[in-house]
Amino acid sequence: MTSHTDTRPVDVGALPAEPSSTPAARRSPVLAGLRRALPIVGALVGIAVVWYGVSYLVLPARQRFLLPPPHEVYGGAFSNPQLMGPMLEALGRSFAVALVGLLIAVVFGIGYAVVMSQWSWAERVLYPYAVILQTIPILALVPLIGIWLGYAFPARVAVCVIIALFPMIANTLFGLQSASAAAHDLFTLNKATRWQRLTKLQFPAAVPSIFTGLRNAAGLSVIGAIVGDYFFQQGAPGIGGLLRVYTQRLQMEALLTSVTLTALFGVVVFTVFAVLDRAVVGRWFGRTTR
Amino acid sequence: MRPLTTSLATSTLALDRVTKRFPTGTVALTDVSMSVAPGDFVSVVGPSGCGKSTLLRLASGLDDATSGTVDVTAAATSYVFQDATLLEWRSALRNVELVGELRGVPRDERRARAQDVLELVGLTGFEKQHPRELSGGMRMRVSLARALVAEPDLALFDEPFGALDEITRLQMQTELQKLFRLKRFAGLFITHSVSEAVYLSTRVLVMSGRPGRIVAEIPIPWDYPRPPELRYAAEFAAITGRVSAALGEHS
Repeated sequence: MTSHTDTRPVDVGALPAEPSSTPAARRSPVLAGLRRALPIVGALVGIAVVWYGVSYLVLPARQRFLLPPPHEVYGGAFSNPQLMGPMLEALGRSFAVALVGLLIAVVFGIGYAVVMSQWSWAERVLYPYAVILQTIPILALVPLIGIWLGYAFPARVAVCVIIALFPMIANTLFGLQSASAAAHDLFTLNKATRWQRLTKLQFPAAVPSIFTGLRNAAGLSVIGAIVGDYFFQQGAPGIGGLLRVYTQRLQMEALLTSVTLTALFGVVVFTVFAVLDRAVVGRWFGRTTR
Repeated sequence: MRPLTTSLATSTLALDRVTKRFPTGTVALTDVSMSVAPGDFVSVVGPSGCGKSTLLRLASGLDDATSGTVDVTAAATSYVFQDATLLEWRSALRNVELVGELRGVPRDERRARAQDVLELVGLTGFEKQHPRELSGGMRMRVSLARALVAEPDLALFDEPFGALDEITRLQMQTELQKLFRLKRFAGLFITHSVSEAVYLSTRVLVMSGRPGRIVAEIPIPWDYPRPPELRYAAEFAAITGRVSAALGEHS
């Protein structure tokens, strides 16, 4: 998810002092919005074109069931309540898993980083664990998680936590250490306590980084929820569980629809956190930012 | 050479044969003796890397001397950093209030005092602005206000105007010199600008290149307030000439 870290859209409509920008785009927020949406629309059209190309030109008619064209996939699925009902319910369950996992990762990740930021020996001792957690492939941990936590909700949440934790820890720590040496001197000269230094300097300075971490952790948490569903099938299925069922039955329309839903889910979560990030961090550092 | 113009007993800050050697082996200061008395505004000029900033860190207690003694009798000391060093997430007012917050001053009192010093530095109406919304000169004014809010007996300045443009810099010098006259703190001011040192100070100390030593002490005769035009007077040029000559001999 690192590729997402800095893709803040350039705000074309918000440059009032630019004389060369077209007057229409400046006056109409609708037009400006359309201009910003253009790359995304273009990408979707591109995907559709390739998809149709593969369905009709690459695959022979006998094998077209491997990738039915978009209108067959979505036309049938979205209007079929018997398919959509369970799918949305499953998506809701995955959402709950992702949310709980994210919450745990945020609380634990920030706490872990705060401890590391207070004593240099704590960082030396604790950071390796975070790195190890990050470097072990999650699939290697899946059997252990299953054995220790069972094959239901707690295990799914555990997957989310493990995969979302590192960006929270790393970004928070980076932020806590981002205050300048001079700012630290200022606190030293005014005889600040450790607590004052943390709450009035280090933590506020870390807020933008924490939000970057949150954005990345949220995206990873969605992936974690789906991976967790996929492997831990006890109890009502999440969307990842359905993916597995559809795959085994080779229900291509249902499979492609649920894949699309998970993609939308990821996009929505990421967008929500990106907007939250801009709103909070923008306010934090004064009104006229960004 | 020990340029002690006042006795140790009456000085706000006194350094006696101070040497500073860093763990890396670099000797930043060697055998530095100097003092700042109440009513003094002492500037230190010297080539870059001569240990001017180290001198200030020792005076503030941020660093310890390797040998020699540093005596501070000031009840309250303030420090103005090279850049404004404001907390970006706090408004101008809240940045000034920080000092009171850290020292446990009740909210209403510290807010009223912050408001007063912001007025003093000409920032009334900008209390709610965040640092990003302020110009470089205004940020430095906030920084000065933050230093003054503690009512210091001794104010330490670490090349505070070095990053400002020429016009803003001259304005800030005029302002600081007014504040000095009004608030009566003793000042120790580090700079690499000879004319800035001469314009602001009651005394200018010249340091040699590394390891830093004090090689000349030049008293500045004029009373405060000093008009900005003083900078273009022949007597001003004569004194800056003497300071520059002392710098040239030892760098």
